[in-house]
Amino acid sequence: MPVFKVLQAAFIAPGIKRFVIEAPRIARKHRPGQFVILRLCEQGERIPLTIERSDSAKGTINICVQSAGKTTHLLNSFETGDRILDIVGPLGKPSEIEKFGTVVVIGGGVGTAMAYPTAAALKKEGNRVISIVGARNKELVILEREMAEVSDTLLVTTDDGSYVEKGFVTDKLRQLMQSGTRIDRVLAVGPIPMMKAVADVTREAHIRTIVSLNPIMIDGTGMCGGCRVLIDSKSEFACVDGPEFDAHRVNFEVLVQRNAMYREAERRSMEDFDTEIEAKRDSVRKELKQLCAVGGGVR
Amino acid sequence: MTPPAKTPSRNPVPVKERMKMPRQHMPEQLAQLRAKTFTEVNLGYSPELARQEALRCLECAKPACTDRCPVGVKVREFVQLVVAGDFLAAAAKIREDNVLPAITGRVCPQEDHCEGGCLMGKKVQSLGIGYLERFVADYEQKHLDVKNVKRAPATGKKVAIVGSGPSGLTAAGDLIRKGHQVHVFEALHEIGGVLVYGIPEFRLPKQIIREQVDYMRAMGVEFETDVVVGRTVTVGELLQEEGYDAVFLGTGAGLPQFMGIPGEHLNGVYSANEFLTRINLMHAYEFPRYDEPMVDLIGKNVAVIGGGNTALDSIRSALRLGAGKAFVLYRRSEAEMPARAEEVKHAKQEGIDFQVLTAPVEFLSDGTGWLRAARCVRMELGEPDTSGRRRPVPIAGSEFELPLSVAIMAIGTSANPIVQSTTPGLETNKRGYIAVNSDTQRTSRKGVFAGGDIVTGSATVILAMAAGRRAAASIHEYVMTGSW
Repeated sequence: MPVFKVLQAAFIAPGIKRFVIEAPRIARKHRPGQFVILRLCEQGERIPLTIERSDSAKGTINICVQSAGKTTHLLNSFETGDRILDIVGPLGKPSEIEKFGTVVVIGGGVGTAMAYPTAAALKKEGNRVISIVGARNKELVILEREMAEVSDTLLVTTDDGSYVEKGFVTDKLRQLMQSGTRIDRVLAVGPIPMMKAVADVTREAHIRTIVSLNPIMIDGTGMCGGCRVLIDSKSEFACVDGPEFDAHRVNFEVLVQRNAMYREAERRSMEDFDTEIEAKRDSVRKELKQLCAVGGGVR
Repeated sequence: MTPPAKTPSRNPVPVKERMKMPRQHMPEQLAQLRAKTFTEVNLGYSPELARQEALRCLECAKPACTDRCPVGVKVREFVQLVVAGDFLAAAAKIREDNVLPAITGRVCPQEDHCEGGCLMGKKVQSLGIGYLERFVADYEQKHLDVKNVKRAPATGKKVAIVGSGPSGLTAAGDLIRKGHQVHVFEALHEIGGVLVYGIPEFRLPKQIIREQVDYMRAMGVEFETDVVVGRTVTVGELLQEEGYDAVFLGTGAGLPQFMGIPGEHLNGVYSANEFLTRINLMHAYEFPRYDEPMVDLIGKNVAVIGGGNTALDSIRSALRLGAGKAFVLYRRSEAEMPARAEEVKHAKQEGIDFQVLTAPVEFLSDGTGWLRAARCVRMELGEPDTSGRRRPVPIAGSEFELPLSVAIMAIGTSANPIVQSTTPGLETNKRGYIAVNSDTQRTSRKGVFAGGDIVTGSATVILAMAAGRRAAASIHEYVMTGSW
């Protein structure tokens, strides 16, 4: 029974927590762009989360989790020393890392944490990296320092103008394109409307644009087919064909529609949960303690 | 398989009389009740029913039942032990050839194998071999202390099994008995592969799988979940860095196929793999106690497209989740249906509407992205195709609309690419499945063997088990001699 230990857990923005988790096998194999699937307890669902970074020497991976549904709320109540029942990965194809020239890396909200490792790898490969980080407001701008370290230029926008500049990431992207900056490739990771907007901006200029998709996923290992996305008019699977796809071929409407499939059930799952969250966490702690006692061990 | 030497009969019934004895009926839950719950349909023989049924065995000199069994279970011998009332010995006899008797006793298509070969079946009803196997295995589970399971002397050889489905478990069971160290890697969080995510509780309770796995643990098999070989660790690393002498790949069926017809992306259109994984692995039928949701099926029209066991498992699950009307849309006739005969019978009893010679041509939206109906066409059977079955041909002008809230596609799977794409030197066929020598299950890469659906494409539990057995025999030979 593999159980994964949380070595560090700290909020980096309201509702966004960063976890450092002991997972040596995953840390060793992780490449930028890949994700893990985790499950917190016996009754829990499996959710995919992108790896923010890994340290193969220490055997750790980092994930940044935004509270959205029941599982992410529960996970974000976890603290240093807690254990996670199941983590499997690294899943998905790694990002393509080559010397493309100038690459614009766009991170929207918590998507910044997912864009970060790819930006770092692109920089290391010798690309000129221009990063655009967008968030709703100042407090939700994450990984600014880390992104600055791996970028030749870092641009920040906030929807409400509470930090740096009011506007959307696409405004900055348009400005770059209009200023005559040669852009060889764009990577955009964030909310679906943002990724779609980026695709629309780069489509006519024929700039190769990559987005990391987040469809509903269950096993994540190329079996169930739940994560199918419509690419041109063909079904592809985010877990084995993705998660990164050519933004200009993605049918975003179908992605939005399919991601809304369980909205009612998700609402029901969250009902009353806010008040029970600590009780639930404590029962999960107890469950894992028992598991570890019966021959389980930290892997 | 050489037929074992005939053992003396302890059957007091004269052979002539045995043909006159009726096949003992399997006690089952009432159809109206069971169609609402996920508890097991078949209730199992009592010791009395089992003995009564076992007495019917003709004890053939050349038992076709064993010849037709993919793993070569010594049917005559185990049935004789049932007649003698020595049920634990009967179980041990089955286990010589089959490490998962409680599972095959429930899900094997016996009519295609042992019971299809039974001489009695030519004149009257064949011996209830599957029911007897199930009885014996369940009896063993209740009465045998796994702590007493014997372990073979260690050979010092290490074998990695990739995937804990029927082929992997069988290979593991055979190899541990030879004294090798056996480590099973599973990608999901539960052991059992398709037995856990694919086959529903009402046909194969999870508890049965857990017990069979516990038995294997007691034999010394090690299990590790949450490892996707090819991603978490590669086959090359297992051989070179982790010190395994051989690797068996039993990674199973891959991603679902779709028909490529308009509207397949609508909400409410599922693959059978996803539909069943939600229900079986993730317990969506226990939502909200379990987190995984399922769309609300209560009172809705639901159809499955396909005619195999996966199709019937899906639609019978939908019925249990409250579907108002549940249809099977199958493009050929019932005679060509690949599902187990007993499942078709049970599904009909439960009220599933079989629309054979029917196929959807388009899924229609309600205007908000959800499925509203399927436009279907009726078929007739033409000339036989490459599979030897008569090809379905659409009947002109036969189109009609079937109102549906949920459609489940159960038309097959394609090869999972993860291991093949991360293992240099591993050859595949043109459909992406791993190429093997069909006698030895050896792949093109030294020390690597493969079997089950990742070699053949979707097949049955017992055929995967047979491949696991063949692989175990040749892995044993390879690790002991080192010759490839």
